[in-house]
Amino acid sequence: MPAAPASGSRLRLTALLAPPLLWLTLAYLGSLAVLLLSAFWATDSFTSDVVHTWNTDNFHELLTTPVYRTIALRTLSIAAAVTVIDALLALPMAFFMARVAGRRWRRPLLVAVVTPLWAGYLVKAYAWRVMLGEDGVVNAALAPLGLHGPGYGTTAAVIVLGYLWLPYMILPVYAALERLPGRVLEASADLGAGAWRTLRSVVLPAVRPAVLAGSVFTFSLSLGDYLTVQIVGGKTQLLGNVIASQVTLDLPMAAALSAVPVVLIVCYLAAVRRAGALDSL
Amino acid sequence: MRKRKMSAGRSVAAVCALLLTAAAAGCGSGGDDGKGGHAPEKLGKGEGEVNIIAWAGYAEDGSNDPKVDWVHPFEKKTGCKVNTKTAGTSDEMVSLMKTGQYDTVSASGDATLRLIASGDAAPVNTALVPHYKDIFPALKQQPFNSRDGRMYGIPHGRGANLLMYRTDKVTPAPDSWRAVFDDAARYEGHVTAYDSPIYIADAALYLMRAKPSLGIENPYALDQKQLDAAVALLKKQHKAVGEYWSDYQKEITAFKGGDSVIGTTWQVIANLTKDEKAPVKAVLPKEGATGWSDTWMVSSKADHPNCAYRWLDWIVSPKVNAQVAEYFGEAPANRKACAETSDPDHCAIYHADDEKYFKRVHFWTTPIKQCLDGRKDTDCTDYAQWTRAWTEVKG
Repeated sequence: MPAAPASGSRLRLTALLAPPLLWLTLAYLGSLAVLLLSAFWATDSFTSDVVHTWNTDNFHELLTTPVYRTIALRTLSIAAAVTVIDALLALPMAFFMARVAGRRWRRPLLVAVVTPLWAGYLVKAYAWRVMLGEDGVVNAALAPLGLHGPGYGTTAAVIVLGYLWLPYMILPVYAALERLPGRVLEASADLGAGAWRTLRSVVLPAVRPAVLAGSVFTFSLSLGDYLTVQIVGGKTQLLGNVIASQVTLDLPMAAALSAVPVVLIVCYLAAVRRAGALDSL
Repeated sequence: MRKRKMSAGRSVAAVCALLLTAAAAGCGSGGDDGKGGHAPEKLGKGEGEVNIIAWAGYAEDGSNDPKVDWVHPFEKKTGCKVNTKTAGTSDEMVSLMKTGQYDTVSASGDATLRLIASGDAAPVNTALVPHYKDIFPALKQQPFNSRDGRMYGIPHGRGANLLMYRTDKVTPAPDSWRAVFDDAARYEGHVTAYDSPIYIADAALYLMRAKPSLGIENPYALDQKQLDAAVALLKKQHKAVGEYWSDYQKEITAFKGGDSVIGTTWQVIANLTKDEKAPVKAVLPKEGATGWSDTWMVSSKADHPNCAYRWLDWIVSPKVNAQVAEYFGEAPANRKACAETSDPDHCAIYHADDEKYFKRVHFWTTPIKQCLDGRKDTDCTDYAQWTRAWTEVKG
C-alpha cells in the first residue's frame, strides 16, 4: 500500500519536471551544442555558404592568429576592470545602505539603485555617448580644470559597462550585509578592533561570497557585450564585435570565436565556485 | 512541387559555386540551367505583398519625412503591401537573402556576385520590366550585375564614396585622399572610415597614385603583396581614427558633434548632416573614389515574384527613380528620371549621364581569387582574406 502514493508522486514529479528539463536540454543546451558543432565546419570563401566538412581549421586559426589573442586579452581585461570598479563602488554604497542609513532611507536608496535597471540598455548607452562626446557635459565639466574627457574608446567602454552592471553588484552585497548580525560587529568593537580592523577582518570575509556572486554577473555580462563598445568604444574591437561581424560572413569562424567567452566564463565559474560564492545562490 | 524543384536548383547552384571558385573558367554556359531558379516567362497576379531588403532611404514610406513616400502609392497601384527591412551593410544583405524570406534586394556590387554565385539571386527577365529600356546603357550588362549575357537585376542608381570634412576644423580644404591616409595624423582621434572589409579598396585606390611601383590596376584585384601594402596603410590610419562607421546615423551625429572631422561618406549622409546645420562639405578627391552601383535583384526563393517584378519596374520608373535619387543623393539609373527631378540640375550635379566622371569611380565589386584586372600569372586575394585583414587592421 505505501508504495502506491510514492509511485504516484514520482509520476507527478516527473510530469512536473519534464517540460523544464526538456527545455533545458533541447532548446538551451542544444542550441549551444549546435553552435559549438558548427565551429567545426567550413565556409565557402566566395558565397559565404556554410560547407559541412568536418575540420579544426577555425580553432587552429583562432589559436595561431595574434590579433585574436590581442582581442581576447583586451576583452578579458575590460571585463576584469569593470568587475573591480563595480566591487569598489558597490562595497561602500551597500554598506551605507545596509548599516549606516536609517530605516527610512533604506528603501529610497534601494529604489534609486534598482530604477536604472528598468530603463532600456540602449537608451542608457546612447545617453553616455552624448555625455562623452566632444561637445558633451563631461568635457564641459572638465574644461574649467583644464582637463579633457576620455572621448570614445576603451576607457569610455569601461565606464559605461561599469555603470550598466553596477546594480548587479550592489544588490547581492547589500543582501549579505543586511544579513550580517549586528552582534558580530559589536563583538569586534568590544574586543578593541577599530573601524578598519572590523572592516578587514569581519565585514569583508562575510561579504566575499556576495561580491564574487555579483562579479559573475559583471564579468560575464561585460565579456559578452558588444553594443556598448559599438556605441562608445570608438575603434575598440572586442570579442563580441568580431563575432558579430563574422556571423554574416563566416558562421563557423564566429562559432569558434564565441567558444572563447564560453570557455572563459566556465573557468571563472569554476574558480568562483571553489571560493564558495555559488553556495548562497 | 515548386519547392522540390528549387532545392534541386540549389544543389546545382552549390556545385556551380564551388566550380566557379575552383576553376578559372567558371560554370561554363551549359551549367547555367536552373542556377538560382529561372526567370519567369510572364507575370501573373500579384500576391498581395512583397518583402524587400533595402538601403536606408531606398524604400521610404513617409515615416521619416511625410513628403517622401513612394511606397504607399505603389501599394495603392498594385495591391502589393511592402514589408521593408533596412540593411546596414552588404554583408547583412547577403545573409538576409540566404534566409529565403525576402523577395528582392537593392544589392551593391560587392554583394551581387556573391548572391549570383550562391544561387540566392535569380536571373531577371528584363522584358517583364517595361522601364528597363530607359536605363542608361552604361549600367546594363556590367560585370557586377550580369553573367553570360543575362541580367541578374535592374540597375537602380550609382554614386561615389566621397570625402567629407568639417569646414571649420579642416583647413585648407582637402582635395586628395592623402588627408585621411598619409596626413591623417593631423586630425588624430577625429578621422572616420567605413567599417567594412570593402574599405580596403579605398586604401588600394590611394596607393594606385601614391605608390605606382605596387602596380595596382584595380582596387578590387589585389595580390598578396598589394593587399599587405593596403593593410599597412590602414594600420597607420588606424592610429588617427576616432571611430569607424557603418550606421549612417552614427556618422551624422559624429560629424555634428565634432567627434569626427574628416572621413568617407555618402552624398545622402552629407545632405542630412548639412540639414542638421553642421558645417560639412563632401568632395570627390582627385584620385577618384570607390563607389557603388546598386541593382534590384530577385531572390531565387521568392514567395512573391509577381509583386517583386512590379516593385522593380516601379522603383526605376522615371518619377520614382527621380524621387529616390534626389532623396538619397545619387545618380538615377533611368535617363527619363532626369526630367522628373525637382531640382532640374540634379542629373548634372550627380553626373548621371557623365561616363567620364564615373570612369573615376571604381564600383564596389566582390574581390575573388581570379584577378579582376585580367592578370593570369598570379592569384588575387578573395573577400574572406579581406575580412580577416580588416579584423587585423582594427586590432
